[in-house]
Amino acid sequence: MLMSLSAVARRHGLVCTVNDINKARTTSGVEPGASLPAQPTATNAVQLEHGECLLKVSRLVKRYPSVTAVDGVSFRVAAGSCFGLLGPNGAGKTTAIEIMEGILRPTSGEVLYRGGPLGRRFREEAGILFQKTALQDFLTVRQTIALFRGLYAHGIDTDEVIRLCALEKLARRDNRKLSGGQTQRLLLAVALVNDPSILFLDEPTTGLDPQARRNFWDLVNSIKAQRKTIILTTHYMDEAELLCDEIAIMDRGVIIAQGAPRALLRQHFAEVLLELPRHEVPAHAHALPLKMLTAADRVEITTDDLDGTLRMLMDAHVPLTFLRIRPPNLEDLFLMLTGRELRT
Amino acid sequence: MMRRLLSVWHARNLEFVRDRGALLFTLVVPIGVIIGMGVIFGGAPRPLFKVGVLSDPATPAQHAFLQERYFQFVHESAEQPAVRAVARNQLDLLLDLRSSIPRYWVNPDSPKGYIAEKLLLQTDARAQRAAVTGKPVRYVDWLFPGILGMNMMFSCLFGVGYVVLRYRKSGFLKRLHATPLSAFEFLSAQVLSRLGLTLLVTLILYVGVGSIIHFESVGSIALLALVGVLGALSMIAFGLIIAARFSSEELVGGLLNLLTWPMMLLSGIWFSLEGSPRWLQFTAGLLPLTHVLDAARAVSLDGAGMASIAPDLVYLTATTLLFLVLGAWSFRWRIE
Repeated sequence: MLMSLSAVARRHGLVCTVNDINKARTTSGVEPGASLPAQPTATNAVQLEHGECLLKVSRLVKRYPSVTAVDGVSFRVAAGSCFGLLGPNGAGKTTAIEIMEGILRPTSGEVLYRGGPLGRRFREEAGILFQKTALQDFLTVRQTIALFRGLYAHGIDTDEVIRLCALEKLARRDNRKLSGGQTQRLLLAVALVNDPSILFLDEPTTGLDPQARRNFWDLVNSIKAQRKTIILTTHYMDEAELLCDEIAIMDRGVIIAQGAPRALLRQHFAEVLLELPRHEVPAHAHALPLKMLTAADRVEITTDDLDGTLRMLMDAHVPLTFLRIRPPNLEDLFLMLTGRELRT
Repeated sequence: MMRRLLSVWHARNLEFVRDRGALLFTLVVPIGVIIGMGVIFGGAPRPLFKVGVLSDPATPAQHAFLQERYFQFVHESAEQPAVRAVARNQLDLLLDLRSSIPRYWVNPDSPKGYIAEKLLLQTDARAQRAAVTGKPVRYVDWLFPGILGMNMMFSCLFGVGYVVLRYRKSGFLKRLHATPLSAFEFLSAQVLSRLGLTLLVTLILYVGVGSIIHFESVGSIALLALVGVLGALSMIAFGLIIAARFSSEELVGGLLNLLTWPMMLLSGIWFSLEGSPRWLQFTAGLLPLTHVLDAARAVSLDGAGMASIAPDLVYLTATTLLFLVLGAWSFRWRIE
């Protein structure tokens, strides 16, 4: 009966089963303990077919005495995809990702990697970049990478990781003397030494300057090109739009929306946004029958009839010199779903 | 200026008082030390001399010398070990009351033995001196392994305790936890790293100080080195039990003090526990440093071989494993 149930579930793409995993194991032909020649490309990375379920999160709950940080979160991450977990500060993203990383124990619910619990194989195959990470003092960049390389049975050559993360010029520098962007690149290098099948990035660009962020995105995109699975948390919407194939928006410990970024936008916005400087909009224009939102410095109008709206504004003699028309982005969706009020 | 000083003073006090473990141990450790010192040194004024007495078990020992003040008289049942204790400065003098004319043994190199002998002869001029068999040992020769052991203890306990604590507080341990590294592997690596350092320092002290005081081991140097290795392993692992869990410097400092104080007093660094209550000697026997010093002294002073110190070596090895397993079992990678 179990078999038929799982067959039905698979047909509908609901779960990945132990059979998938066994198939993946046999196709790879690699025993976890076996030593392999160092190869720059994935040896243990792409064992599942692209798109098959690599990580499955079911009804995850994490309760602390005073707060429920994660309250029944479920989703699946397909092999080779980039999954983004979005949400405001305190939404439960880091708690959720740390449970997925095997660092925190959930109060209830489970995380399955390749159909099984997070075990030794997961630790060998996962690359992790925490939101805040301390490294051992007095080590150079190269020594830091070599330390972590030594902890894994398989992986990439230290020099190769250094090249991959553009750390060649910093290889001999003390890891405490790096800038924010350089440190993040080193931490990414540390997360990549084992040539991971799955990469966890917890707010990887928070606190970086725009240039460093862009550099980091390029790096992540090059990792994506190797068809590695990435799970990313962020509160930067542009980051999620640029990197993620699928996103889940979390708020107060639960997922409030999930899907591909474009699909989510289509689902929530069949409209475009018009923005006008607030001082350009005369008082009588506020009485027009439009979906209008007044912010501190601007007025936002949402509409599915652009022609009609523009005509109405011109008839009301609203100056349109500084008018901006744009499609709604994830930030709008995010604010729409999580609200604009300051959280206490 | 005062306002800034007060702000920092106040914040620091709040931090300290709210760190319950630290507060507790700052209070508990001194109280424990006071009670411990009271038990060991309390009661009547501490005697200046320790004298072994050999007497017929059937009749209670009677001699005018036994009435002297500030002497501790310890009943000895067998002659040979008691004479050896004199040679090793564990007894200042040994008095034999089994025959009508008392005999006594004294270490010719011992200052306290010299004075005790003068006092004995003043009470009983008939007493006859017997030769101490075996090479008499200077107090400094007896003390030297104790000093080396004490230095080793501090290096082992505090050296790893604070390092692991720092790793935990900085979050470095949490990062390591995300790798296949196990707690046992991590702790073993810390033990081995500290072991090398401790042995190097001990070797420097042994050669340096040893040549100044003309210390010469009677027994095998290799065996002495083995005692050093096993002893250091056991004490490092002992420290790791404390470092395995906690995240407060004050608490860890307090707990480490709680371990070092009994070893300072009971392991026989400064004086032998001969003649002290059974339970105290039993407690001392639980401490790794006691076994290190017993074995090191047996080898260096009496030329003992592997067979006679085997129980100490087994104890040190067993405690190392026990402490490591306990440490790994209770290990915390992150601040809870």
